[in-house]
Amino acid sequence: MQTKVVLKKLTKAYGRRRLFADISVTIPGRSVFVLHGPNGAGKTTLLRIICGLVPATSGEVEITVDGKLLAREESREHIGLVSPELELYGELSAVENLEFFAGVRGLPFSPAKARDLLTFVGLAGRGRDLVGTYSSGMKQRLKYAYALLHEPQILVLDEPTSNLDETGVAVVAEIIRRQKDRGIVIMATNEPGEVSYGDQTLALGQPGTGHLVQGPAH
Amino acid sequence: MPWVSRGLAIWCKDLRIEFRTRYAYSALLMFAFTTLVAVSFAVGGVVLDAGLAAALLWVILFFAAMAGLSRTFVQEEEAGTVTALKLAARPEPVFIGKYLFNVTLLFSLAVLVVPLFLVLIHQTVAYPFPFLAVVLLGVAGLAGASTIVAAIVARAGTRGPLMTVLAFPILLPLLLGAICGTRTCFAGERAVAADILFLFCYNGAALAVSLLLFPYVWDE
Amino acid sequence: MFWQILLGIWMTAVILASFLYMPATQGLGQTGRIIVYHVPAAWLAVLAYLMSMLNAVGYLRRGELRLDRQARINAELGTVFCLLATVTGAIWSRAAWGWYWNWDPRQTSIAVLLVIYAAYFVQRSAVSDQDRRARLSAVYSVLSFLTVPFLVFVVPRVYTSLHPDVINLEQGGFDMDRKMLVVFLAALAGFTGLYAWMYKLVTRLEALLDKMEEKRGEAESVG
Repeated sequence: MQTKVVLKKLTKAYGRRRLFADISVTIPGRSVFVLHGPNGAGKTTLLRIICGLVPATSGEVEITVDGKLLAREESREHIGLVSPELELYGELSAVENLEFFAGVRGLPFSPAKARDLLTFVGLAGRGRDLVGTYSSGMKQRLKYAYALLHEPQILVLDEPTSNLDETGVAVVAEIIRRQKDRGIVIMATNEPGEVSYGDQTLALGQPGTGHLVQGPAH
Repeated sequence: MPWVSRGLAIWCKDLRIEFRTRYAYSALLMFAFTTLVAVSFAVGGVVLDAGLAAALLWVILFFAAMAGLSRTFVQEEEAGTVTALKLAARPEPVFIGKYLFNVTLLFSLAVLVVPLFLVLIHQTVAYPFPFLAVVLLGVAGLAGASTIVAAIVARAGTRGPLMTVLAFPILLPLLLGAICGTRTCFAGERAVAADILFLFCYNGAALAVSLLLFPYVWDE
Repeated sequence: MFWQILLGIWMTAVILASFLYMPATQGLGQTGRIIVYHVPAAWLAVLAYLMSMLNAVGYLRRGELRLDRQARINAELGTVFCLLATVTGAIWSRAAWGWYWNWDPRQTSIAVLLVIYAAYFVQRSAVSDQDRRARLSAVYSVLSFLTVPFLVFVVPRVYTSLHPDVINLEQGGFDMDRKMLVVFLAALAGFTGLYAWMYKLVTRLEALLDKMEEKRGEAESVG
């Protein structure tokens, strides 16, 4: 069960403007990796590069799951993303959203499984409502259901607790704890409480480079 | 065939959303009806030459398609759902799903518009079954070649006339072929098999090339 | 420098020969002399567009921005020659058929080429991110190129042609004189050399502009 994410000299530039350069990190299995830094430092972009949504200007992301190095197309089967830039279908209900994403991933779907997942993220009883009618906190909870649907090895969280109330924050803490037992959590946040989850943290924002800090020993 | 079954999941999802909002379909339908009525007013009671009638029919279908077909990708892009979809699906099923959706959309448009056109323009059809084949293949080709252009337009991040500008040169052979076939079917002057074969080949080529190129548009 | 001078002399000789050495053709009369300019321009348009498409395929396979730039330069040069071929063709058409434009299949296909590359440039200008622009325009380039065989098939079914066919030498009626053939081939070679030179010039110019931009960027980040 060897799982790891290796970033090799990642650089992203828009034209002549460099967002970050030469980021090299090894994220081992069963750990939490935290990115932090001021707005515009490139946290979201780095997460998108790790997910394979945006190409890096140079450098590579190597994702190994169960000892097997994944090709870029395969990696999406093992990544779950929660991000403010990611939205679910507002014209569909929560259950229909989950049913669709299960179908498109080629996974079996049962209403019971959807119900369990929705209960876990705190949306019990609201599964039949259209997502368009949800509050932003409820949408955020549903995004966790979307990200966990295929039980990914790697969970990527951008601003994990945005729009969430106290119980929501507790659910996220529980999700991170469980995910750490199973694989990897990579997250970008500026909440001091969440930064402390990190086994490793990386501060982005110093022009050109990033600081890698080993987190509290575990 | 996982591509097809996953593509069908996307097709179902798009149909369901379209059924609830009717956004693309009403755009298509309203566009086609307005042009049709305008043409019919302008023509008045005159019976048109078969070639002219055929050209008018395809001009109406072409512009209606341009008005509605880019919606399917632009909507994903605007709503931000494109990220969720990208992470969940490979490009090929996405293309297949969107292609099937666009074909469905245009078929359901043609079913209403083509008979209405024949009635309003007083056009008789000499070869009804070949005409059906020409319309079906022509409409499928319109939807097929437009799908990848729609994806390009959505990625380009601009709205407005880009869709028509980009799609026109690619659809031109199809339109010429369909007009030629339709004219033959209206007038009944010569064999139509070659036109149908041509439309069939265009459909096949458009589909194959789109499937090959679509990953470059979808992934970055 | 040597090649440029040679090209200059060569093209001058071709121009002079096209009026002085080459005989007026049977059937086409004095207007036939335009073949020395019209056909090479059309040939170069096709060549440059073909190169542009190959560059686009290369970009999709390897993802080097250099190839995207080459594809763009070739498309630009192709458009220049395509316009020249269209204009010379229209002039000749006026003299020989009486209209500047009558949707002859050749005219239709060249018009479609112009529309395709007009759309290509519109599309390029619509995207600001350079990687995305390169990728989308490469896809569009390949896509539109593949419609060409269908056009070749369908256009003659819709319109009948009056265009003289030079390739068809055995048919007689319109045949190519030996002297004419020499001048024509010389023109073809000269024009191709011209294209190669123009291509090299534009590429060098672009590389220099790039370098200047880079220098300016460095100066800004230092200052």
